[in-house]
Amino acid sequence: MKPAPFVYHSPDSVGAAVDVLSQVGHDGKVLAGGQSLIPILNMRLASPAHLVDINRVAGLASIDITQNGEVRIGALVRHAELEASEAAYAANPLLRRALQNVAHPAIRNRGTTVGSIAHADAAGEMPAILAITRGVVETAGPAGPAFIEAADFFQGPLETSLAPDEMVVAVTFQPFPPGTGTAFSESARRHGDYALAGVATAVTVSDGVVESVHASFVSVTDVPAVLDLTPIFAGRSVDTMTWDDAIDPVRDFIDPQDDIHATAEYRRMLAAELTRRTLRTATATAVGRPGEAKRAGSTPSHEHPRTSRSVDR
Amino acid sequence: MTETITEPPETLHDITLTVNGIPRPLRVPARRLLSDALRSELGLTGTHVGCEHGVCGSCTILIDGAPMRSCLMFAVSATDYRITTVEGLAEAADARPCSSGQRMNPVQQAFMECHGLQCGFCTPGFLTTITAYLDQNPAPTAEQAREAVSGNLCRCTGYQNIVKSVLRAAEIKAERRAEPHSTGGVDTRTESR
Amino acid sequence: MTTRMFGAPIKRKEDPRLITGGGRYVDDLGREAWVAAFVRAPHAHARITGIDADDAVGLDGVIGIYTHEDLTGTIGERLPQLIPHPSLTHPVTTHPLVAHVVKHVGQPVVMVVATDRYVAEDACGRITVSYEQLPPVVGLQASREAKKLVHPDVPGNIAAHMIQSFGDVGAELATAPHTLHLDLEIERSASMPMEGRGVYAQWNAQEQHLTLWSSTQTTTGVRAAVAATLGLPLVKVDCIAPDVGGGFGVKIMHPYPEEVLIPWAARELNHDIKWTEDRREHFISSAHERAQLHEATIGFDDEGRLLGMDVKFWHDNGAYTPYGIITPIITSTQMLGPYKPRAYRCEFFSLYTNTVIVLPYRGAGRPQGVFVMERAMDAIADHLGLDRTIVRSRNFILPEEMPYAFGLLFQDGRPLTYDSGDFPASLTKLKALVGWDDFAEYRAEAEAEGRRVGLGIGCYVEGTGVGPYEGGHVVVEPSGRVNVATGLTTQGQGHQTAFAQIVADELGVPIDDVHVTTGDTRRMGYAVGTFASRAAVMSGSAVALAARNVRAKALRIAADALEVAETDLDIIDGVIQVKGAPATSIPLGMVSILSNPLRYSFDEASKAATQFTGNVDFDRPPVDPGQEPGLEGRDFYSPTQAAFANGMHAAIVETDPVTAEIKILRYCVIHDCGRMINPMIVEGQVHGGVAQGVGGALYERMAYDDAGQLLNASFMDFLMPYASEVPHVETDHLETPSPLNPLGVKGAGEAGCIPVSAVIASAIEDAEGFPITAMPISPVQLWELRRRHAAGEIPSLKTRHSNAERH
Repeated sequence: MKPAPFVYHSPDSVGAAVDVLSQVGHDGKVLAGGQSLIPILNMRLASPAHLVDINRVAGLASIDITQNGEVRIGALVRHAELEASEAAYAANPLLRRALQNVAHPAIRNRGTTVGSIAHADAAGEMPAILAITRGVVETAGPAGPAFIEAADFFQGPLETSLAPDEMVVAVTFQPFPPGTGTAFSESARRHGDYALAGVATAVTVSDGVVESVHASFVSVTDVPAVLDLTPIFAGRSVDTMTWDDAIDPVRDFIDPQDDIHATAEYRRMLAAELTRRTLRTATATAVGRPGEAKRAGSTPSHEHPRTSRSVDR
Repeated sequence: MTETITEPPETLHDITLTVNGIPRPLRVPARRLLSDALRSELGLTGTHVGCEHGVCGSCTILIDGAPMRSCLMFAVSATDYRITTVEGLAEAADARPCSSGQRMNPVQQAFMECHGLQCGFCTPGFLTTITAYLDQNPAPTAEQAREAVSGNLCRCTGYQNIVKSVLRAAEIKAERRAEPHSTGGVDTRTESR
Repeated sequence: MTTRMFGAPIKRKEDPRLITGGGRYVDDLGREAWVAAFVRAPHAHARITGIDADDAVGLDGVIGIYTHEDLTGTIGERLPQLIPHPSLTHPVTTHPLVAHVVKHVGQPVVMVVATDRYVAEDACGRITVSYEQLPPVVGLQASREAKKLVHPDVPGNIAAHMIQSFGDVGAELATAPHTLHLDLEIERSASMPMEGRGVYAQWNAQEQHLTLWSSTQTTTGVRAAVAATLGLPLVKVDCIAPDVGGGFGVKIMHPYPEEVLIPWAARELNHDIKWTEDRREHFISSAHERAQLHEATIGFDDEGRLLGMDVKFWHDNGAYTPYGIITPIITSTQMLGPYKPRAYRCEFFSLYTNTVIVLPYRGAGRPQGVFVMERAMDAIADHLGLDRTIVRSRNFILPEEMPYAFGLLFQDGRPLTYDSGDFPASLTKLKALVGWDDFAEYRAEAEAEGRRVGLGIGCYVEGTGVGPYEGGHVVVEPSGRVNVATGLTTQGQGHQTAFAQIVADELGVPIDDVHVTTGDTRRMGYAVGTFASRAAVMSGSAVALAARNVRAKALRIAADALEVAETDLDIIDGVIQVKGAPATSIPLGMVSILSNPLRYSFDEASKAATQFTGNVDFDRPPVDPGQEPGLEGRDFYSPTQAAFANGMHAAIVETDPVTAEIKILRYCVIHDCGRMINPMIVEGQVHGGVAQGVGGALYERMAYDDAGQLLNASFMDFLMPYASEVPHVETDHLETPSPLNPLGVKGAGEAGCIPVSAVIASAIEDAEGFPITAMPISPVQLWELRRRHAAGEIPSLKTRHSNAERH
């Protein structure tokens, strides 16, 4: 399966990239990591006449942490780089927890987190993370830079607000308030596959009492969307919490589809159950057991040993 | 006779790929996948193509030492990197001649000792992946070793001996690290890349 | 070095080459070749109404575009029916390029030859084929109902109808104290080797000679088919299998359309032509297997002995039947496993559907048969409250009953008679390995933690080493190098090592001096192919026999030269020497020289064989009557019947009480393939088979929609297991040598995958407490079954492993 011919552009600056896009963007695609785009091209499911390779554009490869814990990543930051960044992990552990579930290391070595967000596949992990962190997308276009909130950026399955002559240059993940624990879990048929359902949760705890609870989902909504569970759980003590009351709100909130791997009903059950389990994990990290929040990839000791693919990291 | 559509011939790009330490000039259309450029234009057929959608891992090579799918990259995008294919693994500093004379890095040696391959088609993708993995994680547990190879498909071995090979390769690497700096192995790291 | 080679886990001779990037698979060949691609039918059932290639013809790099109209002569006719059978009453094969009516998505309609694959695909994209769509028949239910037909002249979509039986099953069922009925289903899957198919053809116009390389499991089969199709004498066609990246059955089919089209194009264009399929092509044009629906009625007594078994099943053979009905025949004969029911009747219908052709995939119909029999055994145990191993034991054929004849015909057209096996001993080993008797306690602990676990078992028998024959040719060169050739092929089984081990032992030479060639018609023109776990038995025996011929000749010549008796001689490390007086010796290479009387020497050593040196017996001619020059031997092995291997597997699985995710905690294999040439290679085969079995039990199914579109024609959606999905496999071996061949070996290639679906179903059933009747099973499906069980639609099992009677 070989791609159809295209005209290849390799600009070396954002300005040059935007110039090219304003000429060819309507029949062109931006190529960053290519891990989502190139399979599509290889299968000839798309044959854009132009490909704008931004891998040589200067200034897009950095990870910056601000004083208040915002994590800003340029468009060429690879998933693997963000995953490995200790500074990013310290500022927002949820990033690494989610990234460990993105495909396989070889894909993460080349694929970019910004690219994944711009691709806006609701089966992707990072769009859900952008949503739950109330992230901001920075674009460049002929009219200049723009900053778009996650909720406005995602408009439909594989659809964003990006115009053909615009490109994303960076995204910023906002930090969670102090006292917030986060967790990510997804269930896939095989290691590294697209999730049947996945969830990211953030639980803010103060003096042993829940202050706020949020969840965003993978594969069970059309666009990344955040469920605010605060009204149900605020004020409750974490010591006696069971999180069962999350099940029905999640079931009502999501809109899973049937496909050859799972029915909508199964996904509904799975997303709700994963949320219930993940809220428990997030709370454990919020309550700040020594070393818990810092140790990526470890399962809290009170968890049941996992069967198959539900993975908490 | 209807008119024949003729198109301008596809633009060919003159590029240089640095593969296994050697700059290799080639002339390719932009859409030439790196996997095909390595195999056809450069004659390095050790890298194999199993799916062209990034799932099987047979095409995995090292880009600046990190494993990536060569079927999901264009040759024209890869000109700024040090590319290592299976043919270049034996140039590692800890490569040694095996019992039949070929130079092998510890991972290759381990695969041979542990029957880590049968048909050999997926093997180059595993070798590059594991070589890079052990450079970052020199002493994995069996579980970690299994996870490390869980992004490459093999249809022949059932993976058991591949996992064994990862652990054996870690042992061999440790053994060779402990060797007094020696005769026998040429340290090629000093060659310019 | 006097280490015995046979039975030793020798490192593979082929590995250094493959590990350092030196493999030569078909796509690695032919750098200057032109490349073909195909326009493939996008509809499952359609009449072609027009083909317009005008927009493609002028594309830079396009050499030729061909349709069925361009194929004149035999190549324009339907491809051969490979395995005729009296029960295959309505066989149908396809033309190499579709003639008029497409019968499955993926059939090649137009062939494009271009300077490279990219351009060829561009051209394919510009070719417009118009179709009149016809109603497709997809799935066994639809085919069985036969409201629509796949082929207009095949009533009921029935390609074949066959009944095999022994005893009076009607009477047994009528009088049996207990009867049960089971409805069982296995879904379609496929071999899916990591390397797809490919063909590279070189036409030498001056010699009018064709050499073709094909990623095939049978070079002699391809050669014969291509010669016949292109009207070439056999001597003008050679076929070689280069390194092949896995086969597992899919590459035994021949000729695939491309295997005749590519050489034909090479001759037409007088240029090397190459074609390698991409993964999507593989999914929609390379053979599938496994889909069957079974209805079984069993009758048994209070002890759990199977008195009668009456099975009816429907087998999906896809759109055409080039490989005949081998798979369902294997299902119907190997269903019996290690058991001896008093009466048995198996009736099958092999049905057409508008889908890809079906022929054996590792296991070849056995996984389905084993699934049925093993579900039956578990059902009997459940019904009577007996331990599942007790029931099986009571039905085993015992060692003293060997050879055991069933009165049925096996897939080789010969009687189904087990030659060897000790099933009680295998079972004892399995129970020890998995801890069968300790499981109740383990489960109690797990349940206390809120976990759900189950234990399963599955037993099988496999007829291996089927004929008609294989050959071996062994030649000792003057240098002492030993060349071995056998005609069947290799796809990773380590033949270059295993066969070298045999010859090294037989001849007494260092294994490094032995070089094996497989799958090359230039080196051995008589062969059948690699399938049905036959290579070790067939070629192993043949090269052993050939090597024995060489050894006998060598000893005779050496005895003459050394003036001793043959019985005084031994061959050690390639030197023939007198036992007890090793100084009196002659190297094997020198014997090779002496065996070929020369007029002209070509080097120092060969002077010894020329006319004026050495003692000459004037009464004897230089070459004795009935002898041939040279130190070589040829022999063939042709058995009267298959050699029966067997095995038993057990597994412990865990299911998530809420999400129904399934994890295999332990997987145990007991395996009897007779004597093992190389235990490391055998174990590798078992591991690989188990992985494919796990794929078939939990992950792999071809998802066709009602229109005949394959919805998961990629590795993203056809789920083959990674290492993370495959358990660690614990193995133990039994060796009951086969009396049928000189080595005592039995086949091992398919062992790992045959019972896995049955074992996993058995374990999940044990965990959940309700019957599992269809495979593969995914978490979603298990979750649905739980709901139906909770709603009372599915009955509970009566017995759990923990409370089953053990006596």
